[in-house]
Amino acid sequence: MNTRPGNSLIGSPVERVEDLRFLRGKGTYVSDFSLPNQLHAVILRSPEAHGVIRRIDTSRARALPGVHAVITAADFGARPPHIPLRLQPLPELAPFHQPVLAFEKVRYVGEPLAVVLADTASIAEDALELIDVEIAALPAVTDRASAERGDSILFEPHGSNRALVWTATRGDAEAAFVKADVVLKERFHIQRHAAMFMEPRGFVADWNAETQRLKVWGAAKVAWTNRRILATAMGLEETAIDMVELDVGGGFGSRGEFYPEDFLIPAAARIAGRPVKWSEDRREHLMCANHARDIEINVEMALAKDGRILGLRGMCYSDNGAYLRTNGSVGPRNVAQFMSGPYKIENIHLQTTMLTTNKTPSGTYRGPGRFETDFARERLIDLAAKKLGMDRAEIRRKNLVADADMPYPLATIQPFESVTELDSGDYHAVFDRCLKEFGWDEKSALQGKLIDGRYHGIAVGSFIEGGAAGPKEDARLALETDGSLTVHLGSSAVGQGLETIMAQIAADSMEMSFDRIRVLHGSTTHVTEGYGSYHSRSTVMGGSAILLAAEKLKDKIRECAAARLGCSKDDVTIDAETVRFKTTSLTFAGLGAEPIEVEATFYNKKYTYAYGTQAAHVSVDVGTGHVRVHDYLSVEDVGRMINPLTLHGQAIGSIVQGLGGTFLEHLVYDANGQILTGSLADYLMPTASDFPNIRSITLELKPSPNNPLGAKGAGEGGIIPVGGIIANAVANALSHLGVEPMELPLSPPRVWALIDAARRAKR
Amino acid sequence: MIAVTTMKIEFEVNGKAVSADVEARTTLADCLRYDIGLTGTHVGCEHGVCGACTVIVNGAAARSCLMLAVQADGEKVTTVEGLSNDEALTPLQASFRKHHALQCGFCTPGMITTAHALLTHEPNADEERVRDVLSGNLCRCTGYISIVEAVLDARVAYGSKGE
Ligand code: FES
Ligand code: FES
Repeated sequence: MNTRPGNSLIGSPVERVEDLRFLRGKGTYVSDFSLPNQLHAVILRSPEAHGVIRRIDTSRARALPGVHAVITAADFGARPPHIPLRLQPLPELAPFHQPVLAFEKVRYVGEPLAVVLADTASIAEDALELIDVEIAALPAVTDRASAERGDSILFEPHGSNRALVWTATRGDAEAAFVKADVVLKERFHIQRHAAMFMEPRGFVADWNAETQRLKVWGAAKVAWTNRRILATAMGLEETAIDMVELDVGGGFGSRGEFYPEDFLIPAAARIAGRPVKWSEDRREHLMCANHARDIEINVEMALAKDGRILGLRGMCYSDNGAYLRTNGSVGPRNVAQFMSGPYKIENIHLQTTMLTTNKTPSGTYRGPGRFETDFARERLIDLAAKKLGMDRAEIRRKNLVADADMPYPLATIQPFESVTELDSGDYHAVFDRCLKEFGWDEKSALQGKLIDGRYHGIAVGSFIEGGAAGPKEDARLALETDGSLTVHLGSSAVGQGLETIMAQIAADSMEMSFDRIRVLHGSTTHVTEGYGSYHSRSTVMGGSAILLAAEKLKDKIRECAAARLGCSKDDVTIDAETVRFKTTSLTFAGLGAEPIEVEATFYNKKYTYAYGTQAAHVSVDVGTGHVRVHDYLSVEDVGRMINPLTLHGQAIGSIVQGLGGTFLEHLVYDANGQILTGSLADYLMPTASDFPNIRSITLELKPSPNNPLGAKGAGEGGIIPVGGIIANAVANALSHLGVEPMELPLSPPRVWALIDAARRAKR
Repeated sequence: MIAVTTMKIEFEVNGKAVSADVEARTTLADCLRYDIGLTGTHVGCEHGVCGACTVIVNGAAARSCLMLAVQADGEKVTTVEGLSNDEALTPLQASFRKHHALQCGFCTPGMITTAHALLTHEPNADEERVRDVLSGNLCRCTGYISIVEAVLDARVAYGSKGE
């Protein structure tokens, strides 16, 4: 197959089609969408972190003028539906599935208790205050210590707050530690933070009693999977439900997973017999959308004298919150499986225990598990270099997987076994390129230097980014009678410019002009089945499906043309939206009375691994603990770039999110399980003045052998090693004090406390 | 306890006279979105931090989630729709597109209104000033660098003589 037909748009910085509506305020996000006669839903949420529900009395609320219904768990029979896992659906995790409304107990602040339906959202909110709830409070489990003590247990029949242990193994870790010349043993902690996309979640649902069909607006990410879950929960056929994707204001792993509201709003529409609209507010978002990261990593690294890493072993404890959500295992699992990253580490025994606590349930956030595990690994490598007296770049060079070792197997994870291998790459070349572009040699002179009251430090580290999760993606292409092309796709858009990227691929593969292409995606009405956008997969999977479909479509076009031109289809050539046989030609527009349609599926079992190296230059004010980022550079090989403009944008955005998680973002709970960061004034995110000095270089060194585009899933990448690299740069700046950060975020108070403690210890 | 009274307000939105019956507690953001039907003004936090809801009131940038609709009575309000036309992108919008200063687009209307208000008054704003002013608007997607570049690049259209 010609992998880059046309070869003009793929790889070009095409300006986005989406921008034309977004810039004019003409996007349609879900809260912009309304139906006539709709009711507004507002959700009553638990004010207690842990307790037994004694009574919910909705009579006063129902009596309020304008209120149409108040729905509680009792409306869904003896046991309300529970939300199954989308990824790693292990039967042993079934006890921890979240009910759509709190059932018998509440387990976190924000857990849904009831849904009010009213003429306006403000009346519904007024009604919330009229619902009388009695909860017998139980002690809250809010950290590893209280979870392990077990004097308060979230799921009593299970008998402990330990949900499951993941184990990643490769080689013989015990033997490696016996052989080791040097062993490091450390404890790291990465704080709870979250995706925090800017558009709050929402839905509009419409139930048609006559046709017994349901339509839901506001789908994102994995519409087909969610339709399946919803159909089961509502006792409907999947085909009786249409899920519609509107414009989506950011996802980053969190939006589009099946949350309680994904059931509650459609169910409310059926109960009320009227359309229902719900828009989340930011406080709800902070309490209800998936949290992430929150993990303690206890790990040992074994090394030989020459700096070779011989093995890793350890136990991590992830605080998964109150329930196991659809993708709640991914982060904890990835921490164990991907700790070796881009390095050749042959002996591994790493475990993660998932703990249940009385906090918001967790799920994936860009670079799930990878941000966390890279923090531990890159810190350990710097600590090892220090102990061995080695250069920090040299020790990495010594351990990076070599091109000749590809494909390189990673640790295997159990249960729900996953075996994977690094597919291709020249890790050393990218590492050296990063050092060169960063000016590592020149900047080395700055290490530990005091300039204008600030100590300077630098650091470098490498990472891998998994992408292109299977199993498949569908694309349907239709050559319309006016000669334009409609692309129907199972991939979904979450703000990454999917319409543009897919149109580029379609235009090239059909040798058509870009503005003749229309991309429809993400809604269940477009293709039979779709798998959506997660695991950096939409470009690779959706794009490859388009390539396959384009071949089929061209074939079919030739067939149609042959019938019209009276020749054999092999004699027909296609060129510039025109079919030709000898001197006769027909344009695409005049080809058929009906649209010409084909559907194709791209299957993929193997992941792609984009990879890269990043370097940072920081300075630390020892008086305040403030860290300034003077330069941050990322160099990443993505195999094949479709649109350098959007890819660059995602890389920068991803790094800045990583810096947010490194310095600012923290979801804080008190000992009673109350969330203390309930607004964006408390939960700090990067702003325009925080990190002006970020650079990103994208390379196309090693196309992926696993798909016809040669692309590797990318876009998550930038975020992955940021915490580890920044912490190493801070340690480097403060080496004279011996400060070694082991926890995030590196907020000024924490850095200052580390400096203070180091000074006291020196005295 | 819940005495709901509505009030008729009349004001100017994007150069057109409009009127609405609103409750005293209705925010300007909700009034614009649901009463006037201009959904380009986005609501990301409803507590004055994200800046997505920024509109221009009598020439100055204002957070429409922190302003009551009744406070707009008799005033002149400009939203992102008022800074747009169907024929072509404005120079500010075109600069955003060229610099890829938006991804999901949710923060974009607030960025456009904020930048427009800034450059109208200070066409020579330097990078630090632009960053400072934009730091009141959150964007989760872009990391801001492209937004700052887009705004700096659009200064000429506002009469900047260059620095
Ligand atoms: S919605 Fe107004 S500042 Fe966030
Ligand atoms: S472009 Fe998504 S929040 Fe700014």
